[in-house]
Amino acid sequence: MAEITIDGLRLEVERGTTVIQAADQLGIEIPRYCYHPGLSIVGQCRICLVEIERMPKLQVACHTPATDGMVVHTNSDKVLEARRAVLEFLLVNHPLDCPVCDQAGECWLQNYYMQHGQHDSQVVVDKVKKHKAQPIGPNVMLDSERCILCTRCVRFCDEVTATHELGIFNRGDHSELAPYPGVELANNYSGNTVDICPVGALTDRDFRFKTRVWYLNETPSICPGCSTGCNIVIHHNDERTYKADGARVARLKPRYNAEVNQWWMCDTGRYGFDFVDAESRLLRPRKRLGSELEILSWRKAMQAVAMAISETVRKYGPDSVAVVLSPQMANEDLFLGRELFSNLIGLANLAFEVPKLEPEEGDALLMTADRNPNSKGGWLLGLPHHHEVSLATLLQVAREKEVRGLYICHHDLGQAVADKELEAAFSQLDFLIFQGSNSNMVSEKADYVLPSTTFAERDGTFTSHAGRVQRFCQAVAPLGDSKPDWLIFKSLAKALGHAMPYFEAEDVFAALADEEAAFAGLDYGSIGESGAQLSPGAETKTPAKTKERESFF
Amino acid sequence: MVEKIISKFFDIRDSHTIEVYEQHGGYQTIQKVLKKMKPQDVVDEVTKSNLRGLGGAGFPAGRKWSFIPKDNPKPKYLVVNADESEPGTFKDRYVMDHYTHGLLEGMMIAGYAIGANLAFIYIRGEYVRQAERLLEQIEAARNSGYLGKGIFGSKFDFDIVVHRGAGAYICGEETALLESLEGKKGWPRMKPPFPAVEGAFGCPTIVNNVETIAYVPTIMERGGEWFAGIGSEQNGGMRLFGVSGHVEKPGLYELPLGTPLREIIYEHAGGIRNGKKLKAVVPGGSSSPILTQDEIDVKMDYESLAAIGSMLGSAGVIVMDDDTDIVRALHVVMRFYHHESCGQCTPCREGTGWAENIIQRILNDEGETSDLDNLVRIAENIMGNTICPLGDAAALPLRSYVTKFRGDFEARVSKGRKEAA
Ligand SMILES: Cc1cc2nc3c(=O)[nH]c(=O)nc-3n(C[C@H](O)[C@H](O)[C@H](O)COP(=O)(O)O)c2cc1C
Ligand code: SF4
Ligand code: SF4
Ligand code: SF4
Repeated sequence: MAEITIDGLRLEVERGTTVIQAADQLGIEIPRYCYHPGLSIVGQCRICLVEIERMPKLQVACHTPATDGMVVHTNSDKVLEARRAVLEFLLVNHPLDCPVCDQAGECWLQNYYMQHGQHDSQVVVDKVKKHKAQPIGPNVMLDSERCILCTRCVRFCDEVTATHELGIFNRGDHSELAPYPGVELANNYSGNTVDICPVGALTDRDFRFKTRVWYLNETPSICPGCSTGCNIVIHHNDERTYKADGARVARLKPRYNAEVNQWWMCDTGRYGFDFVDAESRLLRPRKRLGSELEILSWRKAMQAVAMAISETVRKYGPDSVAVVLSPQMANEDLFLGRELFSNLIGLANLAFEVPKLEPEEGDALLMTADRNPNSKGGWLLGLPHHHEVSLATLLQVAREKEVRGLYICHHDLGQAVADKELEAAFSQLDFLIFQGSNSNMVSEKADYVLPSTTFAERDGTFTSHAGRVQRFCQAVAPLGDSKPDWLIFKSLAKALGHAMPYFEAEDVFAALADEEAAFAGLDYGSIGESGAQLSPGAETKTPAKTKERESFF
Repeated sequence: MVEKIISKFFDIRDSHTIEVYEQHGGYQTIQKVLKKMKPQDVVDEVTKSNLRGLGGAGFPAGRKWSFIPKDNPKPKYLVVNADESEPGTFKDRYVMDHYTHGLLEGMMIAGYAIGANLAFIYIRGEYVRQAERLLEQIEAARNSGYLGKGIFGSKFDFDIVVHRGAGAYICGEETALLESLEGKKGWPRMKPPFPAVEGAFGCPTIVNNVETIAYVPTIMERGGEWFAGIGSEQNGGMRLFGVSGHVEKPGLYELPLGTPLREIIYEHAGGIRNGKKLKAVVPGGSSSPILTQDEIDVKMDYESLAAIGSMLGSAGVIVMDDDTDIVRALHVVMRFYHHESCGQCTPCREGTGWAENIIQRILNDEGETSDLDNLVRIAENIMGNTICPLGDAAALPLRSYVTKFRGDFEARVSKGRKEAA
């Protein structure tokens, strides 16, 4: 341990802690461009220079280890002058095109200039000309005149993805960041370079010129793209959606979580939010009569669906209706779905996972092959693994008329089995119900469609593959009449004569935690913004509830 | 007058061959060292000699060698810095041309002292002939059993690889050199770790200048005390002063450290050309702060020059007579550093170009008095605030030219104003 004093504040730190880390722990902000806690230290930008007593020269805070008795000043005249000078140097060749730069408002050249620069320009020189606005990959645009050569993006591609697309070419003030000749910045984490670029040199092609960042609101969430559960922030436009063709979700950004994704997220997840504001959103409950579609109120829809289910069960028994829940659904949805279908109305056939025809692949960094956010949550609630209950069997019993009603949540079965097989099974059914956020081949065929909200329009929790329960929060209002899945189940329960005492997702979670040993003791407060890790022991104790009665599977 | 050590070979025909080198006593010392001395004895002797690093920084050679960690199981390397690119410096080229085997013998002794079985010579790309000569003479030494397994019949293995640079001045800075040697872009590393702990390929490495290593055989032959007795206090022995510019006899002069600058210019180099008067001297390569005609009674050793705010550097003495346009001279210097900055650190990358630009404007008679203050401010904002000493190497001359010759700069600035009026 070492005791260090920074601007009069004392702190005990571990050996090897740098001055900038110690300052961060104390909440003292030392400006930085090249330093990033997730990357190697290069000490290039020189803006983190601080004064250390008994050292004649200023030292870079990012590379100087804290030693016992060290006394640091981050705001002495000498430090302020050096900082101001670095900013002045950085602006010598900077194009200052803030009015047309997407980074404006979240640019660290602007921010630090306002805090530490504020000098009158003494620069009367011709600026070095470099390349402007070149796409360097599917997602990233480079303006190399704006680049301050901090090498964060280069180190990201060298150290995090190890894909080595970027380099600094030439020397001195002609140095220019670029991809290597013939190479594209096309790795599945390329969007992170935009996040860590402190200026507007790297911008998101997807986001360019859509909106000014100061119009955006931010809501913490969890990426629904795979079972990793990267922590994210949803940036949303609440008022100026006309600027972006009605899209309310403007972009997703990773949110630091040391245990999950650190500072990063993959491009698949980052750019995979289009479905939230897509044309394909299901907006109203509806019923199909031949080729006619009839819009229903929720009350009518619930009555009709309740009637279909109860009639079929009455006529053919509890084996005759099968429900397929989804690992896209939150813990709260799965818990209430299980409660309703299995415990209250006693259906025997509750399925959960449906593997795709062409399995996805994961990578060695964050993205997993399981592109569902909550498979683990379902297993912990005792929902069956797909090898225990297969879609093929389900469709076979449907063809054989042993199952007469199917209630499918979210799954696009078109991606799981051949269309012919589906048609054959569906044609034998008395009813097909689809509940989900976006239309797909099942919703196209369904007799009843129940529109659910997306993750961005509701609260809930997912359990990551590593057994971490994480909260996501409502960022924007539900589109159309869509409702959170758990709320649809609550309404359906009511229509079937069972009252459920839940008003918020949080209430459902409280009941879940009461009932399920694996989640015991948790609530939204204790999960917080960074999630709660389930103990490995707790996970195995959960009994498989759906197995209590005879089923086909 | 003290006898010459290295430069006496400059006048001997074919002195670069093994035969001629051996006729003059070459390769006796390494054999004596291998038979009779322990590595630590060699380090001690070199420490005693007060041999300074002659590449520029003047760090005591023996002390540097002693930083090689004793308990590190990794291989150790010796790297000879033959990148010689500092304007005004041309000594290492002569050493390699004429004292080729002296350098190789020095490397063998140094390698033995620090426990290195492999050494590299990193040679400036433009030194094509010298690189060819080294390769040819290394091959000859290998054929004679002087390099390779068990050299001179001892148990010590030693070999040398020649690596050619690609034309960047910054690759003479020792850590940029190591990056370049490893096949990467020549960007200086942050220190610590120092090369002696983590140098080439992550292994303990000693980087020394060509000339530094070339004095080692003589030190081991005649003794550290003898060498120390030649120079001034803490500055052992002699070195090659390269005198260029407006003197009657430009060239290399091997003289004891501490020889007064006045003596070098007026006695050895024959005084100012064409009977003109002296205006200014750059004492140790383009990076060293400029001296006025009043400052040349200084002793040419590291401490004496530091005391008057300059440095001995590479001992490249650049003499300027009183017809010299000092503004233009500074422009040449700043154009060089602007061109050679590696671009990592903000102050050096942006400051060198900015300064060159301002000086160019002054030369175009478009300068203003405030430009002069800005030049000094730029220099001071670079100084001490960068990763490697190139930043200082650019800032020190910048500040010293403008402050010591402020009159010349002001005259140039007001000339522009008058013409514009
Ligand atoms: C920009 C720069 C260029 C340098 N160029 C050379 C060079 O060409 N040759 C050299 O020996 N040292 C050069 N040096 C000094 C080396 O970094 C290092 O100090 C030296 O090689 C150590 O050897 P020595 O102790 O024997 O002098 C340079 C330093 C800087 C900062
Ligand atoms: S593009 Fe951005 S992240 Fe990359 S070096 Fe330039 S300023 Fe840094
Ligand atoms: S790794 Fe998975 S959770 Fe993370 S951003 Fe990608 S898809 Fe989303
Ligand atoms: S001081 Fe100049 S040459 Fe040295 S590392 Fe920094 S930018 Fe490169």
